[in-house]
This record gives sequence, C-alpha cells and structure tokens, in this order.
Amino acid sequence: MKYALKRAAAGLATVLIVSFLTFAAFALISGDTATALLGTSATPERLAALRAELGLDRPLPVRYGEWLLGFFTGDLGVSTSYKQPVWEILGPKLRLTLCLSLMSFALITAVSIPLGLLSAGRQRFEGARTALNQLGMAVPPFFTGILLSWVFGVGLKWFTPGQFPDAGKDFAGAAVYLLFAAVALSIPRIAMTARMLRSTVQEELGKDYVRTAISRGNDRGQVLRRHVLKNALPPVVTFLAQTMAEIVAGSIVVEQVFVIPGLGRMLVTSIAGRDYPVVQAIVVILAFWVVLAGTAADLINQRIDPRLRTGGAA
Amino acid sequence: MKRRNGFLIAGLVLTCALAALILLGFFWTPYDPNAMAAGPKFDGPSLAHWMGTDNFGRDIFSRVLKGAGATASIALATLAIGAVCGCLVGALTGYFGGPVDEVLMRLNDALTAFPSILLALVVISLLEPGRKINVIIALGLVFIPSFARVTRTAFASLRDVNYIKSARLMGASSARLLAVHMLPNTLPVLLPALTIGFNNAVLAEASMSFLGIGVTPPDASLGYMLSEAQGMLFAAPWYAGGTGLVIVLMVFSVGLLGEGLRRRDKGVL
Amino acid sequence: MKTRKLLALLLLLGLLSAALCGCGGGSTGTTAESKPTDGYTSTGTEAPADPQPAETHPNEITVGIAQDLDESLDPHKAVAAGTKEVMFNVFEGLMKPTPEGDLIPAVAEKYEISDDQLTYTFTIRDGIKFHNGETVTAGDVVNSITRCIEPYEADVLAVEPLSSVEKVTSVDERTVQIRLKEPNTEFLAYLTLAILPAEYDGQDTAPVGTGPFKFVSRAAQDNIVLERFEDYWGEKAYLDKVTYKIIENADSILMSLQSGAVDLFAHLTSTQVAQLGDDFNIEEGTMNLVQAMYLNNAVEPFDNVKVRQALCHAVDRQQILDLAFDGYGSLIGSSMYPAFGKYFDESLTNYYPHDVEKAKALLAEAGYPDGFSMTITVPSNYQPHIDTAQVIVEQLKEVGIKAEILPVTWESWLNDTYIGRQFQATVVGVDASTMTARALLERFTSTAGNNFINYNSPLYDSLFVKATSSGGDEAQTQFYKEMEADLTKNAANVYIQDLADLVAVRKGLTGVRFYPIYVLDLSGIRYTD
Repeated sequence: MKYALKRAAAGLATVLIVSFLTFAAFALISGDTATALLGTSATPERLAALRAELGLDRPLPVRYGEWLLGFFTGDLGVSTSYKQPVWEILGPKLRLTLCLSLMSFALITAVSIPLGLLSAGRQRFEGARTALNQLGMAVPPFFTGILLSWVFGVGLKWFTPGQFPDAGKDFAGAAVYLLFAAVALSIPRIAMTARMLRSTVQEELGKDYVRTAISRGNDRGQVLRRHVLKNALPPVVTFLAQTMAEIVAGSIVVEQVFVIPGLGRMLVTSIAGRDYPVVQAIVVILAFWVVLAGTAADLINQRIDPRLRTGGAA
Repeated sequence: MKRRNGFLIAGLVLTCALAALILLGFFWTPYDPNAMAAGPKFDGPSLAHWMGTDNFGRDIFSRVLKGAGATASIALATLAIGAVCGCLVGALTGYFGGPVDEVLMRLNDALTAFPSILLALVVISLLEPGRKINVIIALGLVFIPSFARVTRTAFASLRDVNYIKSARLMGASSARLLAVHMLPNTLPVLLPALTIGFNNAVLAEASMSFLGIGVTPPDASLGYMLSEAQGMLFAAPWYAGGTGLVIVLMVFSVGLLGEGLRRRDKGVL
Repeated sequence: MKTRKLLALLLLLGLLSAALCGCGGGSTGTTAESKPTDGYTSTGTEAPADPQPAETHPNEITVGIAQDLDESLDPHKAVAAGTKEVMFNVFEGLMKPTPEGDLIPAVAEKYEISDDQLTYTFTIRDGIKFHNGETVTAGDVVNSITRCIEPYEADVLAVEPLSSVEKVTSVDERTVQIRLKEPNTEFLAYLTLAILPAEYDGQDTAPVGTGPFKFVSRAAQDNIVLERFEDYWGEKAYLDKVTYKIIENADSILMSLQSGAVDLFAHLTSTQVAQLGDDFNIEEGTMNLVQAMYLNNAVEPFDNVKVRQALCHAVDRQQILDLAFDGYGSLIGSSMYPAFGKYFDESLTNYYPHDVEKAKALLAEAGYPDGFSMTITVPSNYQPHIDTAQVIVEQLKEVGIKAEILPVTWESWLNDTYIGRQFQATVVGVDASTMTARALLERFTSTAGNNFINYNSPLYDSLFVKATSSGGDEAQTQFYKEMEADLTKNAANVYIQDLADLVAVRKGLTGVRFYPIYVLDLSGIRYTD
C-alpha cells in the first residue's frame, strides 16, 4: 500500500514536471499564441491587444498557476485555435490513438514473445532468421505504411487509404483500417522484441547454472521456465513498457501516412499553432501514459524477479 | 556448425562498402548533387543516372551519396549522445537504486513524455536555426530516455549476480564494476536498441528536416529526400525506392556488424 | 510455474487490451448521447455526420484540403487563407465577388450611391434568411459592419479602409445607410464583409451566415462538413453535402485521390497532377498570389537599389517556372497579378530580363564585384516556395552570390521575418484580402504596419495618397499602376510569378469556378449525369 502511494506520488510529480517544462518551453520558442492566431494580419497594436485579452502578458508563474488550478478542478481550458473546450476536441482522438496503440501493443506482444521463445535455442536456419530479423528492424514504419496502403488499399481495395471509416457506423471497417496502421507501426518493434528475448534467453541458457541443471537431469523445459525466463524477461518487459509509452509518439508518422485523426497529429499541429491548452492536455495524457507503463513494467518485473524489488524502487 | 563468423564478415563488408561510398561522396560525386537539369526530369534509373533523377532533374545517386554522409553523421552523433547519456543514467539508477534511481527515473519519464518536436523547437530557439549541431543536440536528448530505461533494467538484474558480487568483494570499484564487468553484459539489450535507435534517428532527422529544423535544402539528407520523395511516389517510385533502400541498407549492415561483434565477444558460433 | 502464469497473464493482457479497444470503439456508436468519432455535431442540428460513401449518395462530394481550419470560424476573426477559402461558401456580404472580378449585390438587393459619392444606401433582399432560420434585418447589417470598423473584441480584425466610414444607420427594417467621411471608389469591395446575425454568439465554432452552404460540423484535424442551404436567396447549390477532409501528407494526398476517398483537390503541384492518371480532370486557374523573393530594403546590401536590380537580372524566372513548376504559372513584374486585369501592367513583367553580365556589372557598380553571401528564409510548410528558392540559389551562383536557404517553421517566419522583420530575403506569396488593388499595394507605404520589407519611397507614398483620395475610378487605376511601376523600377523585390492553381476534379463532376481572390466556390459543382 505504501509502495502504491509512493508510486502514485512519483507519477504525479512526473506529470507536474512535464507540464511545467511544457509551459516553460512555450515561453522560450519563437512566436506565441497571438502571433500564431493573427498570422499575416498581425500588427504590433493588434498583437498587444490580443495578448492582453488572452492574458499572455501576465508572468509565467501566474499563468501556470492558473492552468494548474484548472487542471486540478478538471478544467483543461479552451483551445486557443479552435475555441472549443479541449476535452471536446481530444476525446475522439484519444479513443482512436488508444485503439491504435493497444492494437499495436497486442500485436507486438502476441507475435514477438512466442517468436522469441521459439527461436531461442534452435539452430536450424539460425543465420537466415537472424538476418531476416535484422532486416525487420531496418525497415522504417513509414515505408511499410506506404507499401501497405499501396498493396492493400489502392491495389486490393481492402480499405480506402485516406478515408477512415466512422467506428460507430462501420466498426469492422474501422478496425481493419487501424489494423493496417498497427502492423506498419509494429514490425520493427516485433523484430526487436523477439530478438531481445531470444538473445537474453540464449545468454542465460549458456550460463553454468543452466548447464549444470540440465546435466543433472532436470527437464529442459522446466529449467527454461523456472530459471531462464526469470532472468531473461525483465529487460524485455521494460522494453515492452517503453514501447507502450513510445507508441503514441511513434504513431505520429503512421497517423500521417494513413490519415488517421489521432493525438499524434494533433500534438504536432497544436505545437505549431501555439495552442498551449491543447498541448498541455496532450502532454499530461502522454505523461500519465508513460508513468502507467513504467509502473506496470516495474511491478511485473518484481513479480518475475524479486531481486529487483529489494534495492530497486521500494 | 560453421566456425566462421558470417555476420561479422557480411557486416564488415557491407558497412565498409557503404562507408567507402559515403567517404567518396564527400570528395566526388558523378554530378554536382545540387546542379539542376543534370538530366531530364523524373528520368528512370539508367547508366547515366543510376538512381534516376528528381523533379529538378538532379542526379539522385549523387544526392544520395552526399545525403548519406549527412544522415550517417547526424544519426551516429545523435545515437552517441543518446546511448552514452542513456547508459550512464541507466547504470547509475540500476546499480545504485534508491533516491538516485527515483529522481533520475522521474526526470527520465518526464523527458519521455515531453514531445520531441517541442524539445527540438526549444533547442533551436535557444541556439540558432539552420545548424546541424542543434538538430543533433535536440535528437540526442530525445534518445536518452529509451536507452536509460533499457539499460537500467539490465544493470539492475546484473547487480546481484554472483560474479559481480565476487568482483566487488575482491575490491573492484563501482566504476570499474560498471564499466568492465557489467557494461559488456548489457550488450544483448543495447545492440538491438542501437540498431533501432539508428533507424529512429534517421527518421527523426527526416521529420525535423521536414519541419524546417534539420538539414537545409538544397543540401540533402536521406531523411529529407525520403520525405520529398513522398509527393512523387507515382511519378518517380525509384526516388523513394532508392533513398529508402539506402536507409534500410545502412541500418541493416550496422545491425549485422553489431550482431557479428557480439558473437565474437561471446564466442557464440 | 509462476513465470509461466505471468507470461500467460502478459499475453492475456495484450489480447484483452485489443478486445477492450474494440469495445471502446464500438460503444461510440451505440450510446445514445455519444458523438460520432470523426465529427461531433456542434450546431445541435440532428443531422448525423454521415461517413462519405460517394457511391450510394451520389449528390455529395469529399474535397481534400491540405490545411486544417484551426482557428475561429468567425469570418471577422479568421485570418488564414485556407479558412477563408472554405468559409467563402458559408458567408456573404452586402456585395459578393464574381469570377470575373466584378461585384454583385448579395445580401443587399440593390444599392444607391449619392452624387457626392458619400452616401451609400442598401436595400436588403426581401426575406433573405440566415442558416439558423432568422431573417436578415438592417440591425444585423449595421452590427456586422460596425463590429469591424473599431472592434471592441481584441480578436476581431479591424478592416482598415472602413475607417473612412462616418456612420452606419438603419433607415428601416430593410434599408441601411452608410455615410463616408470622404469619397472612396473602392468602398464597395470592402462590403463583401460577412453579414452575421447580431443576436448569435456561437460564430467561433458553429458559424451562421447567408451563403449557399451551411456549416454542419468540424472535427479538428479531420474534417469539416457543409450542407446545402435550402432557403438560399439565389441559385441554390447543386450538391446536398460537402465534406472537407484534411490531408497534409503529400503521398496521402495522392493516395486518397487514387483510392477514391477524395473527389476534388485544389492547389496541387504540377508534379502531383502529373501522377493522377485518367480518373481526374485538371482545371487550371491562378492562385492569386504575388510570389517573389522579398528583400529587406533596410539592411545591407539590399538597401542599395543596384544590388536589388542585379538580383532581378540574375534570376531567370522562366527557368524557375520550367524547373520547379513544369512551366505552369504566370510571370509578374510587380506586386499585382494578371487576374486583376484592370490594375495589371503587362509592360512591367519583363522590365528585368535575365542577364548575367548586366547583373555582374550592377554588382560591381554597387561595390560587390565578387558577389556576397546571403540567406533566403523560407517557411518550410510550403513546398513551392522551397522549390523556387532552390532554383534561385543555383542561379545566383552564376553571378557570384552565395545564397543559403534557411527553412523555418511558419510560426517563426511570422514572428521573426514578418513581424520582426529580421531577414535578408524571403520567398513567399502575398495575397489580397479583398478584391482591391489597395489590398496588395498599401503594405509598401513607408508607414504601413505590415511593410515587412521596409520599402521606403516618398514617391510611392504620395501616389498612394493620391490613389485613395481620387474620386474617379480611372484616375485611381492610373495612380495604382504608377505605384506598381515604382516598385518595379526600384526593384523592391525580385518578383517571380503568380502560381498556377491546379485543381483535380473527379471525372463526372463539373462546375469549378475560379475567382481573382483565393477562394474555392463549391456552389456550382455538380455531377454531369
């Protein structure tokens, strides 16, 4: 319980640090909300008037305090570009990106773990498999995305690139569409996770205690499960958690290739439009996401390997 | 079972060949990479233009030669910053644990959640736009958290392994322990992370260039060329194909080399 | 055993999340109050945002646009050309422009101008309605115009030339009288200003106007939906519904056209158009932009007229068109584009023919026999400008000038280059906000707040005063032309071209109309069968 509380506090700290850094970043970069809004019709007088109206002329701590107050009372503010409440804009996008991320994550886990375990300790075509694996890591998702759109979209017409179906009306269509995006996003990560698992398992298998255990007549499979995985899994779990955290950022490219109106694209354009309420909200969501994934990884690792608990985070 | 380390050989051959080409690109290219109308527009691959020409009639092969140099140097420098700092953070947090771990990992989480584009914009605004070094710094910062997280777990799980314990008992210093005894053992996690990291760095550089904060046109980097090629996919598939292939080849050969090195060290195969 | 359980758990978690995600997606459609994921309806109209299957509903189209409408939709606040382009279909002023460049009464039925040119009397069209069903009253008109004369809201943009208005009054329910302080022959052009219902405050997100299409919904970064306005006063739009789809990515634009997701896409590049194949007709218009390499006339070496003239001679504009635009586009020689037939002076176009020797001689005269180094700032979100700059860099090499391109984000371009005026040269396109010569030329008067090139010519300033105060149309046109000539002779900028506007229209659709301003009129678009 105490651990959980500590973890939650640390998580909140992360979120606050990030939100403040973002706020500070906005003060540093060239151009502010007013210049972004006024565009080429900006004149010094207009800028000053708009800044006053938006409250941008007040000092940074005051504005951050105001945002913080809103954040804790559940009010994320109104988008300066779209003039709509932030949640109203981000709600549907969050759902989409969440779907895409979870789908990719499921794909990565479901494919890479069996693949990594199966290939460990087997020698047939080992060279070719490793080479293929290296190739999988080398192909950028952006490339795969274009290829998939071309073959399955323009060619086979399994989905229409550039026309993301309304999930409420055509659920299957939306799922298929997202699946293609998820595949493009996952391939290098699958290759990497599988390889990582394989090599850590391999490493463990080569260690003395394993050899001893097997030579003593213990069942090979049992040794693998009881001892080897215990040591081999933690880095993989960490990597998976990190993948989970990075998928949202990684989805930017894929969202763009597949024209999916998700959070990633929104983040980029909101930064460009200096729409700080939206950026703040997305950053907070991302931070929560990262903290959540990190916590999950630590918890799972500690279950697998209690040694990590003693001096680790507790 | 072969005794020959095929990966090391293949990796070395490919990497050296690419490196030689990149070096060559610094001094000589078949055409001036920025000269327009070196050939007809959108000319397919031919003997005169190995990779065809782009929308200005520039020779793509010459641009790829030059661009690969820019990309490789940016990506490698980025990776160096990311991996060195990341490993350091990972080692400190994983090995010592406790409050150091707490603080550094919180910062690490914060950096992961912080949008990389915003980070890049801040770095560019604080320094000066249009300079390569800024892109490298910004991207390097972006790559720290992923390396830190991966290596942290590896270090943490190594901490209590017997041979480390015994080395410690024999009086080895923490620094020596980390560098000599533990670091090589993190290689199985670190190498694939480096491979993927290189790939990500190339792509990240591309998106930065596209946003106007990377390599400045008319000079090319592979990433920038790839994003340029996007708009000409149907008219000049060889443009995207050629540049994409070189990127894949670069990452692939570096990956093979890494794998080969790992095998030699471990004596596997 | 424990590890196996954990492994199984992990896998399960993965699969579960997939299933969960499915539920999450599915629930959006089933819960009564939840909104469709790709377009919540903010107007409160019951019409559900349909996904756009063009085959089953033949009378609607999807239009691709490269920029999101990421700002207030209030026409008095919107600044982006992309927003105005879309909202042109939703709003109208007392007057509206025609494709020929004339002005016709829109919300107004007719108008009278007094003999002293000071009093304009407008009669509002009988029974003309806003999209929300309210009838347009004189009060609405007075309110809309006064709102833009001296805005009391900081984000409403004052229309500078309206400052010549002395007062706006409603005579009766259908009559509005505008009195000017001094005669202004261009005045009617400013009355294309959108008329909005005075008693409505949702314009920012759910705009209401009188145009042929009414606004239905906007989903950020995704789409904008318009529907035909059935009570439109004039010729009603042909299409029932138009969905604008935001597609920023260059290859996605091509892919979405090829796959049939998008029926119409404007402002394509010649490269994109060349890849489209047989499914599309390509309509060619003009972008109505003054694309130039704008020079900061206040910094060295560009404060020297000889240097600027040398640059003009050094740049081969025809080669730019050939190399970067497949020959599309029309060359210009001053801050005016050909679509403004009345003000465009053909003779200025070739004032500075491409002449490397002359450029070198001029540079030598100016004290730079060996050339110099310069930086060309270019907003990186607009490929045609980057392409143009790349060609210019190569051309300048020939006269010994070493130019470097500095791509910057649009926001820092606005902040540092446009507002801050910290630049040497920049390649961009400048457009006209209204259909007047003034909209293009006023910015180069020495005191103009948006004179970002720091142009300073006393002759130009005095010509501008004469042009705006002259009573007659003919005299005014003459003054404007002299201003253009002044810009050209002083080589204020290296003028290049007005870009071609290439519109891809799916075969079977017709009715694209081009205007001398940056808009895309959809009311005439229809299926041929």
